[in-house]
Amino acid sequence: MSAFFTFLLTTLALLMLVNLYRVVRGPTAFDRMLGLNGISTKAIILLVVIGSGLGQVDMFVDISTGYALLNLVGALAIAKFLEERGATR
Amino acid sequence: MTFELPLLVLLVMTAAGAILVKDLISAVFILGSYSFALALVWALLGAVDVAFVEAVVGAGLATVFFLLTLFRTEEKDTQIRRPPMPWAAFVGLPLLALLLLYGAGDLPAFGDPTSPASVHISPTYLENSVAQTRTPNVVTAVLMDYRSFDTFIETIVIFTGGIACALILRRGRS
Repeated sequence: MSAFFTFLLTTLALLMLVNLYRVVRGPTAFDRMLGLNGISTKAIILLVVIGSGLGQVDMFVDISTGYALLNLVGALAIAKFLEERGATR
Repeated sequence: MTFELPLLVLLVMTAAGAILVKDLISAVFILGSYSFALALVWALLGAVDVAFVEAVVGAGLATVFFLLTLFRTEEKDTQIRRPPMPWAAFVGLPLLALLLLYGAGDLPAFGDPTSPASVHISPTYLENSVAQTRTPNVVTAVLMDYRSFDTFIETIVIFTGGIACALILRRGRS
């Protein structure tokens, strides 16, 4: 992998760390949910970047598509949960 | 490589966060991001199929299943009251970690072509799988053709587990 890809991957992983701080520390459940969504959007891009760095984009696009679809289901489940339970914590 | 370092930090931080956090819902969220970081590690090591399963099952389905379980619980059940850590854990767990690190020193290097795992049967699969099974993906050929009975019986086990869960949940509803 070239230096450009390494730079790109490192930057994206550092951005995920910033989101992770909000997930771990976040006072309310809404903060955690938004942080998790931020992590997953960056992770989808990260998977495609890893794929193009390794030279097999087709499989990694499959993975990221599957993850994006299931992430939508997960976000819906979380939103439904917060709707019933309230987000007071 | 410099990229692996923030990824490992991400992995350790999410794992520790999922254990240390105060209520179960946050632990479920953090566990989702943990299994995503794990999927990235698999992808970076080139194990694309494992990364796919980890991203779909670990980060996607497991989060939904945990939340579905939490739907059935009360507000007070999702708070975790943790007893203080016993001193034996402070002494024993670092010793266990040292033992594991000592054992890991004996493992062959990553991608070593002369390691036992690489010379035993993998070359046979890699050389013959396309001719024997007509499948372009070697992992699929091993799973679905060379070890098809193994996969078949695993499917039976998971299917039986699914039926049992469905029956239990159905009885609770009526």
